[in-house]
Amino acid sequence: MSDSPSTPAPLRQDRLSGAAATAEARGRGPTEPRPPRSLLTGGLRRSEVFGRSMTFLCGGALALNLLLVAGIMGLLAVHGFGYFWQKPLVLVELRDGSRQLGEVWETEPMPAADAEPGAAAPVSPGERFRIKVGNRDVEGKDFLWVDGPQIAARSRPADAVLLERLEWGNFYGFARELRKDGRALVSGSGPAWRALQPLLEQKREEREAVEDLENGEIADISYTLDQLRLKKRAVRLDAGLDPGGSDGDERLGSEARRRLDAIDRRAAALDERYQALAGELRTRRQALLAETLVLETAGGRTREVPVGEIVRAIRPNALGVVGKAGLYLSRAWEFVSADPRESNTEGGIFPAIFGTVMMVFLMSFAVAPLGVLAALYLREYARQGPMVRAVRIAVNNLAGVPSIVFGVFGLGFFVYIVGGTIDRLFYPEALPTPTYGTGGILWAALTLALLTVPVVIVAAEEGLASVPRIVREGSLALGATKFETLWRVVVPAAAPGILTGMILAMARAAGEVAPLMIVGMVKLAPSLPIDGHFPFVHPERKFMHLGFHIYDVGFQSPNVEATKPLVFATALLLIAIVTLMNLVAIGLRNHLRRKYAGARV
Amino acid sequence: MTSTETAPSGAPAANRDPALQPRIEDPILEIRDLSLWYGEKRALHDISIEIPKKQITAFIGPSGCGKSTLLRCINRLNDLIDNVRIEGDIEFEDESIYDPRIDINLLRKRIGMVFQKSNPFPKSIYENVAYGCRIQGISKKSVLDDIVEKSLHGAALWDEVKDRLGDSALDLSGGQQQRLCIARAIAVEPEVILLDEPCSALDPIATARIEELMQGLKEEYTQVIVTHNMQQASRVSDYTAFLYLGELIEYGDTDKLFINPIKKQTEDYITGRFG
Repeated sequence: MSDSPSTPAPLRQDRLSGAAATAEARGRGPTEPRPPRSLLTGGLRRSEVFGRSMTFLCGGALALNLLLVAGIMGLLAVHGFGYFWQKPLVLVELRDGSRQLGEVWETEPMPAADAEPGAAAPVSPGERFRIKVGNRDVEGKDFLWVDGPQIAARSRPADAVLLERLEWGNFYGFARELRKDGRALVSGSGPAWRALQPLLEQKREEREAVEDLENGEIADISYTLDQLRLKKRAVRLDAGLDPGGSDGDERLGSEARRRLDAIDRRAAALDERYQALAGELRTRRQALLAETLVLETAGGRTREVPVGEIVRAIRPNALGVVGKAGLYLSRAWEFVSADPRESNTEGGIFPAIFGTVMMVFLMSFAVAPLGVLAALYLREYARQGPMVRAVRIAVNNLAGVPSIVFGVFGLGFFVYIVGGTIDRLFYPEALPTPTYGTGGILWAALTLALLTVPVVIVAAEEGLASVPRIVREGSLALGATKFETLWRVVVPAAAPGILTGMILAMARAAGEVAPLMIVGMVKLAPSLPIDGHFPFVHPERKFMHLGFHIYDVGFQSPNVEATKPLVFATALLLIAIVTLMNLVAIGLRNHLRRKYAGARV
Repeated sequence: MTSTETAPSGAPAANRDPALQPRIEDPILEIRDLSLWYGEKRALHDISIEIPKKQITAFIGPSGCGKSTLLRCINRLNDLIDNVRIEGDIEFEDESIYDPRIDINLLRKRIGMVFQKSNPFPKSIYENVAYGCRIQGISKKSVLDDIVEKSLHGAALWDEVKDRLGDSALDLSGGQQQRLCIARAIAVEPEVILLDEPCSALDPIATARIEELMQGLKEEYTQVIVTHNMQQASRVSDYTAFLYLGELIEYGDTDKLFINPIKKQTEDYITGRFG
């Protein structure tokens, strides 16, 4: 303390802060009791300024995250939803006299160096356009760059026709004539177009009938024939003969011979039916190609397109908004419900949707019991100590193993060891063709179950830990065993937490691609893993997956430029499916929360 | 560590001295020389108490005196805690409950318990009461319905919840939850009900209802209540045992113990001079 009350030592005053210093400056001696500091300090204190800026920092971080998510969703939505909207067809006449018809796909400013040398330097060189001209079978290329200054005239002719075809992609041109078996039915652009529409409807029905025949009875017969062939091999294998050969029949017992004969008779009957159906199929296919539409391209070349191969015929420039909206819905529906065509660049992605959803469900069925039981042991039965802690750390680290490593493990363990053993024990007649000894949706699901099990274990453990001890004691005090307590009280109360883990696991599984590429995911699966053939569910089959579909369409496709919007649309759909599955799971969790109200205990 | 070191008055008080033990005909539970250690720490010192049938016995004493621990020895709930060692014995209807051959789940069915904090299961009111019976293998709906109604009547809760048996038990008030726990305990028709400070989280009105309920239950059940509320012990119990630092100081008829305690420590405690 300073010795003079009225003149405090300057050194000391320097060290004093705010209130005390002013009190002394006002002339009160330091020995007098310091008056209580006023709450009105007249400004923000340092810590408060810091606190406020932290609030801004945290809010800013969240805003940045939201912005990124909104950005990616917006990008996907704009490109994905835009894919189904029909653009107008533009007829471009160039200065060199050639004509091109197509959709303007992209517009960009021309690089200055590419501008015509005669043009004055400061004048903008203009724009250039990427035009989708289609007609791959005529011109050999889908896209064309056209420089703006070379365009002499642009128009949108109302009678320009866009054909979506089963093969060769889009056709752009003008209808000229409708022919049947080489003879003209209707001539002229207008009449041919009007006659085309009812014919198109009729041909679509015919085409669907052909597809039904092909995928229905004919597929059934070939499936049954294949099963009979395997049965025959099994009979020979049982008798110790080479299953594939035909010699040594004399060594077969009478029973085996009778069975073989029965199989042969059945196969012969089926084969006869198959031949008849195949003949019918040929006839119907030819009938499908009877009528043709003659078109003229913008360049003046003519082309005949069988009406049976036309998916849609549109005059985009004559369509109103309502017509375009109808077209939009029709295309969007085709996208989610149809099989892909033209090596995945056209048509729908239904098999990929189906494969993704089924794989995720199989994965959930595998991972839920595995993860929950493991968590139950870790949390409820194991003696807590260094060993359990080590296991817990190992489980957490498992989540950090690159997913492709799980894929390699799945290939080695599930496919080769487990699948190979199943084949040797249960499907020896099919060997060397593997049944389970090759990638399939079951192995893919189990591989992903391994990949996601740490998430479920951690969430389930937390869920179990949140059930208070006093509730467990209440159950034990009523005479319940430990198992009954766990099963009837603890696990139901922990169910919302467990479901949270399942939601995370499902989201992870739906988006995972790398490990699946080696355990059963394919570019194009010939049949779905569920169909009408006994036993209806075929977990050994290969499957398609949306994630891989995105990669395949976007980077492995022969026509990357044309399929770019498809990538966006597929990605959007994948996100929508994951969101939908999560919403279902969240709904279930909220239902359980209400039912048990366990989270509040 | 020996018992004399921690015993406040220096003598292993009530264990052997007949003056400090009431005369009880045909006890249902006999606790004999029971000692308990949590790891190295001794929590109970040679406790001997006989619990009378169809009466209310109260364990009183300051916090940490071991009264809850002693109560949890009676239905062997202390088994769940690691590092607990127990010596001595408890006989229930002349059978040793620490005999390795006994069925511990049957023991806990016959000796029910109500906890300090109400702990209804996160299930419906109905399922809470029916739980114990389902564990016993009763699954017939009509039987369960009867038991649930009877038990809720027994716990004086029926009129308040009869229209919402399907609602979550966690939506009930604290006092209702505690009565639900009593209903849950009596649904399995135990012989003894242990009450571990059942009213410590309740307001005076809810407490009064529980106490009233306990008097009604006396006709059928033996009750042992742990409480740190001496007024409550004197109001509800027939016999009272005073424990201090893990030792039984004095055990006797409630009226006698509260009006005319033999030991000075008991007197100090019940008159509020310490504790």
